[in-house]
Amino acid sequence: MVQFNLPKNSKILKGSYFKDKTGSENIKKINIYRWDPDKKENPKIDTFEVNLSKCGNKVLDILNKIKNEIDPSLTYRRSCAHGVCGSCAMNVDGVNTLSCMKSHKEINGDINIYPLPHLKVVKDLVADLSTLYRQYESIQPWLKTKNEKSMKQEINQSQENRKKLDGFYECIMCACCSTSCPSYWWNGEKYLGPAVLLQAYRWIIDSRDEERKERLKTVADKLKLYGCHTIMNCTNSCPKGLNPAKAIGSIKKMLATS
Amino acid sequence: MNTYKIIDHEYDVLVVGAGGAGLRAAVGLSESGLNTACISKVFPTRSHTSAAQGGISAALGNAGEDDWRWHMYDTVKGSDWLGDQDSIEYLCKEAPKAVIELEHYGVPFSRTEDGKIYQRAFGGMTKDYGNSPVQRTCAAADRTGHAILHTLYGQALKHNTKFFIEYFALDLIMKDGECKGVIAWNLNDGTIHRFRSHMTIIATGGYGKVYYSATAAHTCTGDGNAMCLRAGLPLQDMEFVQFHPTGLYGIGCLISEAVRGEGGYLTNSKGERFMEKYAPKAKDLASRDVVSRSIAIEINEGRGIGENKDHAHLHISHIDKKVIESRLPGISESVETFVGRDVTKEPIPVVPTVHYNMGGIPTNYKAEVLTSNGKQKIVPGLMAIGEAACVSVHGANRLGSNSLIDLVVFGRSAAKRAIEIVKPNTPHEKISSNETDKCLDRFDRIRNGNGTNKTSELRLKMQKTMQSKCAVFRNEKTLKVGVDEIQKTFEGMESISVKDKSLIFNTDLMETLEFDNLIRQATTTIESAYSRKESRGAHAREDFPKRDDVNFMKHTLSWHNGKKVKIDYRPVTLSTMSNDVQSFPPKERIY
Repeated sequence: MVQFNLPKNSKILKGSYFKDKTGSENIKKINIYRWDPDKKENPKIDTFEVNLSKCGNKVLDILNKIKNEIDPSLTYRRSCAHGVCGSCAMNVDGVNTLSCMKSHKEINGDINIYPLPHLKVVKDLVADLSTLYRQYESIQPWLKTKNEKSMKQEINQSQENRKKLDGFYECIMCACCSTSCPSYWWNGEKYLGPAVLLQAYRWIIDSRDEERKERLKTVADKLKLYGCHTIMNCTNSCPKGLNPAKAIGSIKKMLATS
Repeated sequence: MNTYKIIDHEYDVLVVGAGGAGLRAAVGLSESGLNTACISKVFPTRSHTSAAQGGISAALGNAGEDDWRWHMYDTVKGSDWLGDQDSIEYLCKEAPKAVIELEHYGVPFSRTEDGKIYQRAFGGMTKDYGNSPVQRTCAAADRTGHAILHTLYGQALKHNTKFFIEYFALDLIMKDGECKGVIAWNLNDGTIHRFRSHMTIIATGGYGKVYYSATAAHTCTGDGNAMCLRAGLPLQDMEFVQFHPTGLYGIGCLISEAVRGEGGYLTNSKGERFMEKYAPKAKDLASRDVVSRSIAIEINEGRGIGENKDHAHLHISHIDKKVIESRLPGISESVETFVGRDVTKEPIPVVPTVHYNMGGIPTNYKAEVLTSNGKQKIVPGLMAIGEAACVSVHGANRLGSNSLIDLVVFGRSAAKRAIEIVKPNTPHEKISSNETDKCLDRFDRIRNGNGTNKTSELRLKMQKTMQSKCAVFRNEKTLKVGVDEIQKTFEGMESISVKDKSLIFNTDLMETLEFDNLIRQATTTIESAYSRKESRGAHAREDFPKRDDVNFMKHTLSWHNGKKVKIDYRPVTLSTMSNDVQSFPPKERIY
């Protein structure tokens, strides 16, 4: 039998328990992953009793309440709170999502909150997305045209061609999809992952772009593209309702038929 | 005394902030061959430009005749004659070029039947100097800001801008009245960085978070504005805070003006389309200050909707489902997610919500920062663009879709001017460590704050004061109370408590530094509002209901010396930049 030795710091320990001080009867237990880079300790799960009577409907509201009222050192990214900036992506109740869009009322029992899976953790719920950002750069996310275009007018695009971008240009790069993908977990350095491939497809199918062939050639790689095994976790987890699996399938189809 | 290790960097130009304005400047600078760095406290595509929905104005004329002079007239009128007409001329004249450029960069604009950029109607945008509505606002569905921001980030990557992501700017490095760079804190590893540059461009956005209910993101804390205040520079027209008429009730999420542009309308508890009363001609498409005031009056007079009669309804269920699906998909999603309503069947509950800061760092149309010591002068080495700046093209009230165009036109203008001034690879002169020490002393003092005041409590106090004392309608009495309350809250900083003392991704410390930035701006905002004894644009005084061109047709300048505010004024530029258009003299503003 094969024996694995897990790295020393991978065991998650039980952390502090923050008891409710408001005396409310509407209490929910929130279990949150904590890890402090300055201490050479294992990560732990802190439990917070939160009074939901005075709290907004979303998971982010709970986190803000904890940070404002119970423990100001709780660390997570957040910005717009309306599902457009993609900052507050995390794993809530076992699913990657934007905490600002996820209603806590849908969750029965305790709420478990972890950083996005399989990324290096910077602190608490903040994960390191730099690999994904580098991969995004590698697909050259800008319009490529061969000749200088007249500055007097736009490049024409029919409504039909513009429609092809719908469902793809809206990606907010929250990384929920890529970090829910088992292929990306194992080969995250080489497989581009659903988020970046969806972005690649957005430029491949833009009728204004004149380097479709080169773009296809760049992604047509055993690992970069064919790391996808149509597991579909990506599409299931996208908080914006986009379909990265479809984008990847379309790229594969374009390659097969070209 | 602090003992922080400092990592030094040298660049030709430094851009602080990576929203629409910062990125557009960075693209132009990098393209020209200047060694350009861009620092941002969030990953660029997370900047608040991504939340802009309705569109970007430019007189392209894709949906009927249009003229940049008409756009200019609308903007001057929208500003209630507080905007500088030379800058407004520059904005409107350059707008079509700037939008075409964005399209060439790859922005996925929606299209007309003949394949051109789709344009929709927006508040205050008219044909023939105020005669009838015009479709001037270029749109990518209702996600225009998102589309522009992502595209600009791609362009900056193409031109190899050097990004420093999740670096929080602390202060400007000033020497003899000139800017020499910025000190910043790298959140990811906790190190302190000193960026030297020949030109520093502030593009740090607005400070909406001084209010309790705002469409602004958590990160909209006006850090660049506060850095200027600490450097002894003034901010301009801070009393002019735009309330967007249609923030989602109870949530604060923006519901785009595009909803009304596509035919949506507002009603009160009696089901009346009340805008017909306040703006007989433009109705629901009057400018934002007018619509916000109208909603506030309806609520104040007891015709608000709901249990507490405190909001209005916005209807779009009469609009063709296909139009909603293709042009307003984002707001349909937001309303569903946050209030659980189907916009094709039910009205949207809305209330005026803080949305935009017309005020900011005073600049000319070349984006150069201005100060005044009795007479106006340029601050060498420093520029400001976007919502952080006050050019001033928006004056006392910004028109919807004039913000995105402001970002790209003046982002571009700043790059152009910096290219004229800065020669690539010019060596940097020596500066003493005094400025760095001063900045790090503040950082260190706040970091080690062991007082009794929690940041979240002081912040909430400030937000509640601003919300109740410096709102849509203001008067001497409430403003005076507000000035005192805000001053007290500011003094609360002396006994601040920061629990987390670490340096890596310490958001407790960062939020406290952001609060220190916010409270200085809250102070200058409410003091400026107190001092302006007239009503103009977004500044509506119940005790001075009329515009007073004799005494107040001037920009407010406000300084903050760390203890109190000093107010002064500078004239509005009524003359145009060229002979292509005549100046528009002040007249009564009716929609």
